[in-house]
Amino acid sequence: MEGLPILSLMMCVPLAGAIACLFSGANAARWIALGATLVTFVLGILLWANYDVGGPQWQFTEKANLFAGFSYALGIDGIALMLIMLSVFLMPVCILASWESVTKRVGEYMAAFLFMEVLMIGTFAAQDLFLFYVFFEAGLIPMYLIIGVWGGDNRIYASYKFFLYTLLGSVLMLIAMFWMVAQADTSDIPTLMQYGFPREAQTWLWLAFFASFAVKVPMWPLHTWLPDAHVQAPTAGSVILAGVLLKLGGYGFIRFSLPMFPEASAQFAWLVFALSMIAVVYTSLVALVQADMKKLIAYSSVAHMAIVTVGLFAFNVQGLEGAMIVMLSHGLVSGALFLCVGVIYDRLHTREIARYGGLAINMPYYALFFLLFTMASIGLPGTSGFVGEFLSLAGIYQTSSTVALICTTGIILGAAYMLYLYRRVAFGGQTNEDAAAMPDISAREWIMMAPIAAAVLWMGVYPESFLAPMRKDIAVLDARLAAAAPAGDARLAPGTPRAGAANALGHHGAGHEGMEHESAKEGAH
Amino acid sequence: MDFAASFALVIPELLLTATGLVLLLVAAWGGDKAARPIAIIAASALFAAGIAIVPAQHVGAVGPATLAFGGLIKVDTFALFAKALIYLAAIGALIIAPAFFAGPAAGTERGMRAEYPVLVLFATVGMSIMVSANDFMSLYLGLELNSLSAYVLAAILRRDTRSGEAGLKYFVLGALASGILLYGMSLLYGFTGGTSFAAVRAGLTGEMGTGALFGVIFVLSGLAFKISAVPFHMWTPDVYEGAPTPVTAFFATAPKVAAVGLTARVVFEVFGGQVTAWQQIVMFMALASIVFGALGAIGQENLKRLLAYSSINNIGFILLGLAVANAEGASAMLVYLFIYVAMSLGCFVALLMLRDEDGALFETFADIRGLSVTRPAIAWVLLLMMFSLAGIPPLLGFYAKFVIFQATIEAGLVAFGAIAIAASVIGAFYYIKFVKVMFFDEPAGVVTGKSGPAHWVLLFLTAAIISPLGYLLTPSLTVLADKAAASLFLAV
Repeated sequence: MEGLPILSLMMCVPLAGAIACLFSGANAARWIALGATLVTFVLGILLWANYDVGGPQWQFTEKANLFAGFSYALGIDGIALMLIMLSVFLMPVCILASWESVTKRVGEYMAAFLFMEVLMIGTFAAQDLFLFYVFFEAGLIPMYLIIGVWGGDNRIYASYKFFLYTLLGSVLMLIAMFWMVAQADTSDIPTLMQYGFPREAQTWLWLAFFASFAVKVPMWPLHTWLPDAHVQAPTAGSVILAGVLLKLGGYGFIRFSLPMFPEASAQFAWLVFALSMIAVVYTSLVALVQADMKKLIAYSSVAHMAIVTVGLFAFNVQGLEGAMIVMLSHGLVSGALFLCVGVIYDRLHTREIARYGGLAINMPYYALFFLLFTMASIGLPGTSGFVGEFLSLAGIYQTSSTVALICTTGIILGAAYMLYLYRRVAFGGQTNEDAAAMPDISAREWIMMAPIAAAVLWMGVYPESFLAPMRKDIAVLDARLAAAAPAGDARLAPGTPRAGAANALGHHGAGHEGMEHESAKEGAH
Repeated sequence: MDFAASFALVIPELLLTATGLVLLLVAAWGGDKAARPIAIIAASALFAAGIAIVPAQHVGAVGPATLAFGGLIKVDTFALFAKALIYLAAIGALIIAPAFFAGPAAGTERGMRAEYPVLVLFATVGMSIMVSANDFMSLYLGLELNSLSAYVLAAILRRDTRSGEAGLKYFVLGALASGILLYGMSLLYGFTGGTSFAAVRAGLTGEMGTGALFGVIFVLSGLAFKISAVPFHMWTPDVYEGAPTPVTAFFATAPKVAAVGLTARVVFEVFGGQVTAWQQIVMFMALASIVFGALGAIGQENLKRLLAYSSINNIGFILLGLAVANAEGASAMLVYLFIYVAMSLGCFVALLMLRDEDGALFETFADIRGLSVTRPAIAWVLLLMMFSLAGIPPLLGFYAKFVIFQATIEAGLVAFGAIAIAASVIGAFYYIKFVKVMFFDEPAGVVTGKSGPAHWVLLFLTAAIISPLGYLLTPSLTVLADKAAASLFLAV
């Protein structure tokens, strides 16, 4: 793999696919898009397989001075790797989800999605501040079109709101970027991550970046674009929005705000906590009363992303790792939940919860998948949701038990609204004849759901696969933040660790000694 | 310096003037039948003039060797950069014209009038002189040559009342602006005792008297009218709407370049010693143009009026580069100008290509509904143009704003830049409305839009420039713009 510009290749494949889609007919475009996303996914697996865990921080670096003002520099660390994997994993699923439901302007639709994929990979892989901005902001164009052309009834309002909200947030960040580059005399992200900006300047820079990322995440009270955009977007558009685009905000915090402005981050941690606490409680309550399934899941996304932000600003390893796992898990789970909504929307063309009921009777496999993703969203142990939320909350507990207390209510409320949703859709009597007549999921829908379900369980049972690549990067970040970390109120005093491994088999208490004895004997040989 | 050397410096102008005069005779005897060959010869002359300036541009002409006719004219790299852009824009305006005038959009008199290319040539000569002026006399000469040609161009469809109205409005308001400018120049002459830029600059050192300050303000106001910066922008929407579309395309590009170039030269070379006096004025004009250009465009239904407000908005960003008052700002301004010309030209070509069954041009939003279904190629190019104008990456319009804001922030004008960039979001609203109408709405009616190859070539050329491929141009563009901007500051 040496010397192969795999990141550029991963961007070229969907780009070529997108251009081909623009000029081909409906059916050809579907197959081209599926092929391109699958090839990109395979390249992604190669990327992960060749990623040297514990190796240098930045791997697969590429650099070319193609432009005036900034350079084409790519490279990834473990955090970016995981998010790239999430993007390339969800993309083929999105294409499959739109296979039958999108019938008008298929070529342009597929092209928009493939462009989106190029931009997402680019955003996560960019190592130049301005290159990052270009990819970050360019995503507005395909997403605006996806919502506006293929969206629901109120799509125009939603697309305007999405576009202008995110644009206003981003341009302030751009101004901050100019200032930073003028100050540090480089636009290289790894260098800037180690650069010490003056204390007073950090405040302003942090706020400018916050304006952009808080809209993207989104944080209360800037979240209002999200329910509109999610509800009006076509199913695959919602999957990408919830699955990857919201992560751009979290990625922005972990890549820019925290390492570049550690002091300001500590200073504003309480702002983040306050907004997140309100978001967790308020949006969960709002989710509880929604009559529209997509809106319910959209509000639940806001609550989950609030867990991400508290984890990030906990200033410790658990919090950061938890935030990353919640992001990955939420990407999979909320994406899958939107797919679940899409599956029944394709059949009945309504998102109204009351129109369904008793689906477990006529759609048992559907109900099974829906249940799994519902449980993962709640954070049932064994699913990815649990790992992430547990780590995040454990992290924040060390910083502030109050915040941990209030954010944990989100889990309870989450269980309330998700189970309530599930009960109304899948359980109970079959109140509507047309809903009762719906066929169970097709082979195509199986292919969409099964991989996500497998990934959710994998992440829930053995999160180490996902944590290992990020561990070193998070340790580096934690070391960078250590000086600025606020004193926690938990004052945890670590006890003396036990001698044996946690899973060592003990025999009647004496086995322990026996084992030690044995190992001592072995040492003597 | 002898006369031969002076003439050598103004070869492009001489070439264009001679061609213009000869073509005028051809037009007088040949009539409108000769319009097409005249247009071709005029475009070739512009191209030749463009070629003629390449060597000097390449060498990077600066210093006393660039002065001609006793310091009346200065052909430095700045002038050369602006001229190259002006010639390109003028060629574009000539290429797109014949198809328009041949169609029913031109009203009862079909076919391009033979005077059109000749007037474009004379206007271009005027602009050439404007950007290379080094004395208020040559400045005024160039400005008026350009303006008088432009007034006639605006009214070239004699039987079309809107065209006539546009011409008259442009003339009356333009004459007023020229008067203001002339008055300012006379004040400056009175208080400094010279008309050459160097002399006025020398006279404007130290504490400035009220009279001289008024001179500065009047000169800037007159120039602001020519570049249609707020608060002197009122004529722009009316003239843009009324003038025939190829003429509007011409107005939106070449004269803007010339007037901005002239303004830059005046503020740096003449008022260079009094930065604080003019910087605030330019800052105000920049912010006001961005905000009012954006707000004014929101309610517009007519596409040409919308583009007029868009050009006011863009002038705001260009003035932002000027307000920075250093070489980086000037260079950013030139880069912006180049990209702006490509975007404007692309938009107007696309508008010219859209016709209904009878061949009448589309004018309002209602006409272009659902364009992405009926004319996908043009709709996609317009989409690129709109997002580029809104400054959304990865299109080149983003790079234009990028360099401007980079210069602004590096000069320490952080708050100023932040306000301007936040105001630019207002502008994004009507650009995305344009996209919404084309892509989200249901198709309105039949669009035939048979266009000649010249239109398609120009459309795809401008689209390629503003597409991400355009970024590959940026290193060389930056080198040229830097050289040009540096020459402005060498005069000191």
